[in-house]
Amino acid sequence: MQLPVINNEVSEANSGGCSAGSCGSTDDQMNHLPEHIRQKVFNHPCYSEEAHHYFARMHVAVAPACNIQCNYCNRKYDCANESRPGVVSELHHPVQAVKKVLAVAATIPQMTVLGIAGPGDPLANPERTFETFRMLSEQAPDIKLCVSTNGLSLPEQVEELSKYNIDHVTITINCVDPDVGAQIYPWIFWKNKRIKGREAAEILIAQQQKGLEMLVAKGILVKVNSVMIPGVNDKHLEEVSKIVKAKGAFLHNVMPLISEAEHGTFYGLTGQRGPTNEELQALQDACEGDMNMMRHCRQCRADAVGLLGEDRGAEFTMDKVEEMEINYPEAMKMRAEVHAAINEELESKRLAKESKVQLVSIQGVQKKEVTRPVLMAVATKGGGVINEHFGHASEFLIYEASSEGVRFIGHRKTTPYCEGGDTCGDGESALDKTLRVLAGCEAVLCSKVGYEPWGPLEAAGIQPNGEHAMEAIEDAILKVYEEMRVGGRLEVKAVVQQKVA
Amino acid sequence: MALEIIELCTNCWACQPLCPSQAIFEAKPHFLIDANKCTECAGDFEDPQCATICPIEGAILNEDGEPLNPPGSLTGIPTQKLAA
Repeated sequence: MQLPVINNEVSEANSGGCSAGSCGSTDDQMNHLPEHIRQKVFNHPCYSEEAHHYFARMHVAVAPACNIQCNYCNRKYDCANESRPGVVSELHHPVQAVKKVLAVAATIPQMTVLGIAGPGDPLANPERTFETFRMLSEQAPDIKLCVSTNGLSLPEQVEELSKYNIDHVTITINCVDPDVGAQIYPWIFWKNKRIKGREAAEILIAQQQKGLEMLVAKGILVKVNSVMIPGVNDKHLEEVSKIVKAKGAFLHNVMPLISEAEHGTFYGLTGQRGPTNEELQALQDACEGDMNMMRHCRQCRADAVGLLGEDRGAEFTMDKVEEMEINYPEAMKMRAEVHAAINEELESKRLAKESKVQLVSIQGVQKKEVTRPVLMAVATKGGGVINEHFGHASEFLIYEASSEGVRFIGHRKTTPYCEGGDTCGDGESALDKTLRVLAGCEAVLCSKVGYEPWGPLEAAGIQPNGEHAMEAIEDAILKVYEEMRVGGRLEVKAVVQQKVA
Repeated sequence: MALEIIELCTNCWACQPLCPSQAIFEAKPHFLIDANKCTECAGDFEDPQCATICPIEGAILNEDGEPLNPPGSLTGIPTQKLAA
């Protein structure tokens, strides 16, 4: 169903977008997925860093009830680890939710995916969740549906789930060992009783694993989310990764625990810390030998609407949506044209990349100790090129260069240096924060770096580099790596790590 | 004999479909229990269902005005931390 490109401005007009807790990944992983799965997910903004810049997704909050308690969640707010904490979504009845989805899809044609993730557990609200899915499958067959769940009531819902246009289900699996689970889940609601402790974890784990197996048997894609909780399940998640892979999950997304005291969660109030960037990366690396790992999850707000870097939720509050006249069959034609144009551009980019793939791809290859690997940070607005000013970057993409090529590691958020002011009260300055989040990197590539941050970056062992503006990210990193090799900076030795408290 | 939902309720809907007597109804600013209908699940379930799924400590009271889920009983958060 390739349509001709009729709108050449599409790629410039939109700058991509994601918004959701079940989000993540990179085109690097995408290209290593089997072709039938890649075809299913290539236009999902959360599965590809590239698609992220072209397609958008949204969530509707139709599922407020939950059937378990997690120690990282405060039920007085939305779930802290599935959506940004402290922001209570506008709760919708299914009819309202559908109206809102159609309004957004008609206004933002790049919106391809609708997720239900909460604020409770979608499958603990089966009537509301499935009514929404049923109406959307009928009225907007061009929108992909996805759902995330804690898995407790998944087995009895698999049959119903398979009736709709749902191409993947996300299960949050934090453990396969009930002794670990007892430290994460204080209780579950099960067969009209509140079950606590190890017994609760045992039931939950059994249900999650059974649900995973049943979905795979039905041919529904399953992604597994895990929250990394240092000292609780950090070591254990390697085993989780192996098991869910063996059972047929296609992707594993390890997310860092969010546990600020002000969120009022058990972990927040009892001082349980989240992992550092380095710890998260080490775990993702350790799991990667067994499993396709997601590296791009931004743990977005579950009710955000719009493209990357913008939240247009305010345009679609229920009172505004009620006033909109939407002719969806007409909108669907326009959407098809926009999607075709984007797909064509993505496909041509992918083919161009494939021709270079031997140069840059190292996925799944054992590391040869020829030259040591180096982490580099990149400031980009998207499109696969270095096109962001150091001081304007609110996040950096982290890549690892080694003698085997370049691979994407993840993203790290910061406060843009130019917006941070000199200091933020008694807190750290924006530059200090950026230096901290870039810990472990030896170079930062951006379209431009100002004079002021130059010295502190160098002093921290991070070489500022503005020489590769508008170049493709992987190419530029390889050039910088080659310069380091020629300059004798890549002998096999311990990497100079700036240790940060 | 009836239970009561108080202002701590976050309107999460979890209890409403579980009530065997259809005593729970949506209201502003929060869900309420119709005291004439509530049986505290006697004869239907061992435990009153609303208080068994409710995630909010203190949101549901018994006839004597005591919380069925007192502070700390669901989250395990020590009470001195809750107060802070």
